[in-house]
Amino acid sequence: MVCKEEYQMIDNGVDTSKRWFLTKAATMVGAAGAVMAAVPFISSMQPSEKAQAAGAPVEIDITKLEPGQLIRVMWRGKPVWIVQRSQEALSSLAKLEPKLRDPKSDESEQPATAKNEYRSFKPEILVALGVCTHLGCSPTYRPEVAPTDLGPEWLGGFFCPCHGSSFDLAGRVYKGVPAPRNLDIPPHQYLSDTRLLIGENA
Amino acid sequence: MAAEEKDKSLLGWIDERFPLSSFVSEHLVKYYAPKNFNFLYFFGSLALVVLVIQILTGIFLTMNYKPDAKLAFDSVEYIMRDVSWGWLIRYMHSTGASAFFIVVYLHMFRALFYGSYKKPRELLWLFGMVIFVLLMAEAFMGYLLPWGQMSFWGAQVIISLFSAIPVVGEDLALLIRGDYVIADATLNRFFALHVIAVPLALAGLVVLHLAALHTVGSNNPDGIEIKKNKDENGIPKDGIPFHPYYTVKDLFVLCVFLIIFALIMFYWPDFGGYFLEAPNFEPADPMRTPEHIAPVWYFTPFYSILRAVPDKLGGVIAMGGSIVVLFILPWLDRGEVKSIRYRSGIFKFALVLFVISFIALGILGTRPATPTATIFARLFSAIYFLFFLSLPFYSTKEKTKPLPERLTHSVIPLEERVGWHWDLVRRILAWVTSIEAYRRLTGVVGGYLKKADGYVEELIKKYSK
Repeated sequence: MVCKEEYQMIDNGVDTSKRWFLTKAATMVGAAGAVMAAVPFISSMQPSEKAQAAGAPVEIDITKLEPGQLIRVMWRGKPVWIVQRSQEALSSLAKLEPKLRDPKSDESEQPATAKNEYRSFKPEILVALGVCTHLGCSPTYRPEVAPTDLGPEWLGGFFCPCHGSSFDLAGRVYKGVPAPRNLDIPPHQYLSDTRLLIGENA
Repeated sequence: MAAEEKDKSLLGWIDERFPLSSFVSEHLVKYYAPKNFNFLYFFGSLALVVLVIQILTGIFLTMNYKPDAKLAFDSVEYIMRDVSWGWLIRYMHSTGASAFFIVVYLHMFRALFYGSYKKPRELLWLFGMVIFVLLMAEAFMGYLLPWGQMSFWGAQVIISLFSAIPVVGEDLALLIRGDYVIADATLNRFFALHVIAVPLALAGLVVLHLAALHTVGSNNPDGIEIKKNKDENGIPKDGIPFHPYYTVKDLFVLCVFLIIFALIMFYWPDFGGYFLEAPNFEPADPMRTPEHIAPVWYFTPFYSILRAVPDKLGGVIAMGGSIVVLFILPWLDRGEVKSIRYRSGIFKFALVLFVISFIALGILGTRPATPTATIFARLFSAIYFLFFLSLPFYSTKEKTKPLPERLTHSVIPLEERVGWHWDLVRRILAWVTSIEAYRRLTGVVGGYLKKADGYVEELIKKYSK
């Protein structure tokens, strides 16, 4: 109540519409200034130039890779898997199709050379980003058929321990699990028969 | 004014320049709190004490900790092994984190139990909820700092939650991490937020929370307003001054709390892997996720809700929703009656189910996501949400009991409780007290107590001379 009376005293003989215009204009200029002042602070939180430059391709020799073996390579701080799949494993892939969310890899990320039933350039060698498309854990490699914990219908694949997403041996996601997409296939190319470059397409 | 006689004391000197006496009087000596607070009312002041413990221990930890991905893990080990008493300060901080959540969850349960979020305490509840969310952020960012396996992968999962947001998600996650993966940049900024930004915000919100509390006054186990019944001096008839009555009571409880706290800190600091998780004693490895990852226990109920939904965005929405419903609780519950003592059987039943679900979700969240566990997690998540979302429909039609005019007991005595379950409790108690073994036991215990009494009296006589 007191406040109101004080206002009226001050407002006596004053063009209040002008005063309000000035108040609003000053507020808006001030707000714009605050937003602009926030820009450098927010930008400083973006990946630095150094972090952006650290994405160089990685070269790897796969001569010693044996059937069924998985090796991990670090690329851009993330694990990339290289798996040599056996013939039985490759033939089991087609059987799983009804259980998969995106068996044809239409919604997933892969280089054009790997958009096929095996999701790889060479059928037996799978190169995949070992990062679950759900929340970024690295799934475990479970090549065995019908282990007790994963059930009798398991034909080998990858199982994420964090939230129970499962993928087949081509990194294709099962239906009814939290992960939305097949595992990403990073850009990669074969420099020779046994030399692989991860991070760049041919 | 100048003619007035000036108080020559130090306090008088201060009071002329700063409102010290009036502040103490307004918030302690003449702040009247309901006279029937019970044990559920201790957790607010305990939370404040734990906040102080965390800030103090945190200051000393930062003196030796290094927020660098290459040095962080080793610097924590350095604190544990080479810094004098470093292990104690670190265990105090880690035990304090869990203690904070125990105390805050009980504090929030008290509000549900006695309807402390209802009109006129909506803002008090909202400030409290913001404190809760900040506390979760603080705990999450603090957990990354030791740079162990669980720190790394926990942060990976939680930051990826943001990437589920449509359109801006990926950019937002990138902005939080400051790199394409969890890296040194992430650790460094989490350190900054953990030691400066969030604690400052928390301190400010505690002030707002207390200011709101002292404006509306405390609720009580009867859920009636003591300000409606004032004596001729304008003092609530059912109120007692906060100081000395509740300060002394709180100090006693603080002693009990610190004894339990010290026992855990000294003898069981990892609390069986719940306060400090085993994989976190291994340095972070971005190439390999531990076989089984679970967040620290205080996040597991919400984590279970996230896992229960078989869809990325859906899971994140469900988890966010489980916090949002808490924010809007004062407007979901439209019943007039506050305290559970006078509310309907439906509400009591719903609250019991809710508490069971919350605890069950918490337990499930610590375990691997097997298909059976997922089914249970879905069931309990449904109950969690149903508790809140059914409130607007039945809370106005509840069959409540008549409210008393004045405050009653702090804890209702067993003889006065009604209901078949209380009849059962009475019958069991009667049976236990009637058996021979119980009588013998009370005889023996009583004997010892008498002896102890005697010793104490002797001591008092000896030293009072």
